[in-house]
Amino acid sequence: MTSQLFFQYLFAGITYGSIYAIVAIGFNIIYNTTGIINFAQGEFVMLGGMIAISLHAMLPLPLAIGLAVIITMVIGALIEIIFIRWLQNPSVLRMIIITIGLSILIREAALHLWGEGVRSLPYFNGNEISTIRILDTNISPQVLWVIAVCAIIVALLSLFFRFTSLGQEMRACAANRLAATLCGISTKNMVTFSFMLSAGIGALAGCVVSPITYTQYDGGTPLAIKGFTVAVLGGLGNSMAAVMAGLLLGIIESFSVSVVPLAFQDAISIALLLTILFVRPHGLFGSKEAAGLKEF
Amino acid sequence: MKARGYLPILMLALVLAGVEQLTSWTSTVYFLTQMTMTTYYALLVIGLCLVMGYAGQISLGHAGFFAIGGYTSAVLTTFDLTPLLARGNGAVSLLSAAGLLVSRDNLYGETLLSVNPWLACVTAIILTIVIAFFIGIPVLKLKGHYLAMATLGFGIIIYRVALATEIFGEADGISDVPGFPLLPGVIVSGDFSNRVQNYYIACVLLLIGFALLQNLIDSRVGRALRAIHGSEEAANAMGVDTARYKLYTFVLSAVYAAIAGIFLTHYNGGIGPSEAGIMKSVRYVAIVAIGGMANLWGALVMAGLLNFLSLRGMFGSYDDAVFGVILIVIMLFAPQGLLRLQLWHLFKKSPRDS
Amino acid sequence: MTLLDIKDVNKHFGGLLAVSQVSFAVRRGMIKSVIGPNGAGKTTLFNLIAGNLPLGSGRIFFDDRPIHGLQPFQIARRGISRTFQNIKLFPGMTALENVMVGRHTRSRAGFLGGLFHFPATRREEEAIREKSFALLQLLDISQHADAEAASLSFGQQRAVEFARALASEPTLLLLDEPAAGLNIYETAEIARLITKIRDQGITVLLVEHDMSLVMDISDEIVVLSFGQKIAEDIPSAIQQNREVIQIYLGEADA
Repeated sequence: MTSQLFFQYLFAGITYGSIYAIVAIGFNIIYNTTGIINFAQGEFVMLGGMIAISLHAMLPLPLAIGLAVIITMVIGALIEIIFIRWLQNPSVLRMIIITIGLSILIREAALHLWGEGVRSLPYFNGNEISTIRILDTNISPQVLWVIAVCAIIVALLSLFFRFTSLGQEMRACAANRLAATLCGISTKNMVTFSFMLSAGIGALAGCVVSPITYTQYDGGTPLAIKGFTVAVLGGLGNSMAAVMAGLLLGIIESFSVSVVPLAFQDAISIALLLTILFVRPHGLFGSKEAAGLKEF
Repeated sequence: MKARGYLPILMLALVLAGVEQLTSWTSTVYFLTQMTMTTYYALLVIGLCLVMGYAGQISLGHAGFFAIGGYTSAVLTTFDLTPLLARGNGAVSLLSAAGLLVSRDNLYGETLLSVNPWLACVTAIILTIVIAFFIGIPVLKLKGHYLAMATLGFGIIIYRVALATEIFGEADGISDVPGFPLLPGVIVSGDFSNRVQNYYIACVLLLIGFALLQNLIDSRVGRALRAIHGSEEAANAMGVDTARYKLYTFVLSAVYAAIAGIFLTHYNGGIGPSEAGIMKSVRYVAIVAIGGMANLWGALVMAGLLNFLSLRGMFGSYDDAVFGVILIVIMLFAPQGLLRLQLWHLFKKSPRDS
Repeated sequence: MTLLDIKDVNKHFGGLLAVSQVSFAVRRGMIKSVIGPNGAGKTTLFNLIAGNLPLGSGRIFFDDRPIHGLQPFQIARRGISRTFQNIKLFPGMTALENVMVGRHTRSRAGFLGGLFHFPATRREEEAIREKSFALLQLLDISQHADAEAASLSFGQQRAVEFARALASEPTLLLLDEPAAGLNIYETAEIARLITKIRDQGITVLLVEHDMSLVMDISDEIVVLSFGQKIAEDIPSAIQQNREVIQIYLGEADA
């Protein structure tokens, strides 16, 4: 393998890996406040991309993306308020089935709104053939956009959780719901907010990556599975580890293209998921004790 | 089970026969095609019902087992072995000498030599058991979200493999699958002349499958399964090897799915990758959920109704959406299932229960 | 004639030492009780014996064979049966069915027998049913045999749980706070029942908070405090033990 090819694979891996990491963080935000794995997480990414594409027909790109993120956040909040908020102590099985149902509904709605076709946003700078030379390799400026935006999302989120009172309340809610309630925190609102937040970051990721990977109505489920793989790889609930795990999975996947046919690429990450689940269900970076404390 | 326990099944048999009579009086025999297919899907659903309702495990990969059964049987009964035999392949010669190969003419008048459907069927079932075991041992250690994702992942792998492998016909699937002669004069195939006969074959298979599951639930094993569902810790303390019971249940239901896949493939004369799709698996889960999880009859009735409506195209392009809505509505408002909900209301009205 | 031998058992959760260097033996045919104030490690010790928690260190022998490291179902098959502090009956199953699950280790029908109901399977099933019903009769709750377990009163549920534990014809019966949540009449009833069980030759190990029950029926008592064994003796001696009075009774009376 030439060094040029090597770096090309590496950048592709980092690009996809960043998106997986964002989806995984979306899983984690909701998981931490509710104990639910939201199977519709991948659909937020698809929705963000699709809405931005439609809005871009009439609005300039930054405005279209901003609006798409806000709309997806509202959808995320509505989903929580309509379907989840009023359930009392739902079983894990029940929540799994409800969120799977939601993911189907969103997908079908997207199919009827936007059709089966593949769509995409334009490149933020230049077009599909414009390149930047880094490390002796030609890469698309969009790759840098993806990496930068994902890095900013991660940085802002960690600042948010550490320094804002809302972020601290969400963390309190994650650590101990009952205690948080006793301290006057509305855990219900925190849950709604966690859905908004993870819908928002998913949508933003869906927009920046759209020029590269394209957006299609059924793109959510594979993303959800990979995002979940990454979340598990990093240890459920641990967002910083999810970033590492995301990049790892992205790079493994991208280099696997040189070994196995493209059609089996999804199978690789799923096989990895299964292996991790069997060998280290608490994740590569998670601790067994911490995993044991949570109720699965 | 006492003989009395089989009475409802006998009634069901009469109803199924009555339906066939009805179609012949009203000259709507064409309904039988979808009803036969529905019956095979129902076989899968009651098997899944055992896993979800009685062992309390979710499987989002059951379409995968259906596909493993169907594809294996389809490949074996359509793959032309003539060149291999001519080249003196040992295994093929052995099969040929044992009389396990059959020759037939395909649509283009060429003569094919392929594996006997019975052998193909048995092979498919054994393969399913092996795969279900290997998937089940690690997967069933998992709970909740992990189990759901892992089985979903398994389903997707099967789908991708079917879609990307030449021998499985890629996106087109496998067609020209021959009939499956069960007994002299009894053949599973989609010929119009065999329509009524095939409806009854499917019904008999379903009734047997149903009776066996009902037997199982009403036995030491079924009691242990229900105990696991009620309290895994207590069941374990009573000496129930919960992991093994879950595994065997999973394998058994995989076999149900595979048999459904094998028969439906011979009946349809082919199979395509959509049968392995995630939406199929989700649909089966939806049907078990609406039937009330631990309720074989509920699963059976709902499988019959919903699959038939879907196959008749009643849901149009909203087919998948309908099942999504069903999942959400049932889980939000009636997690005990639709049938249980009505009973509950009846009890509520009765004064002694107030 | 030692039936259960607990040797130097330790268990800690993070930094908290829940059970520390506990050793004692249960002889065949006796009622032995473990008492101690809340948080003394009684339930942890109980779960270690029943296999619900892995041992930190130490050894546990049953009938001279090690049982530490075994799964709960394997321990059950050796002949140890248990009840739960907060009654764990199987909801959605009748009282009789609950007891029938207790016969699990004493019956064999597997998946094939279940699917096809062979004649031998049916005979076994009938035997399970009869034996289980007899146990319900023994405990005076056979009139509720077909009632759903969850619909019974607390005391009745406890009785069903006893019947379920006895159904496996155990050598050793582990009882986790059997008097919890019962009134004094029901407690007296339970006391009589436990004695009756012992008189049938079943050894009983009891973890209990209710002192009256323990003092009345136990042959020997082990006292735990902060995870350590501070006394082991017959009830009358325990009642005189200064340390026990200070740590346990003193606190309970305060």
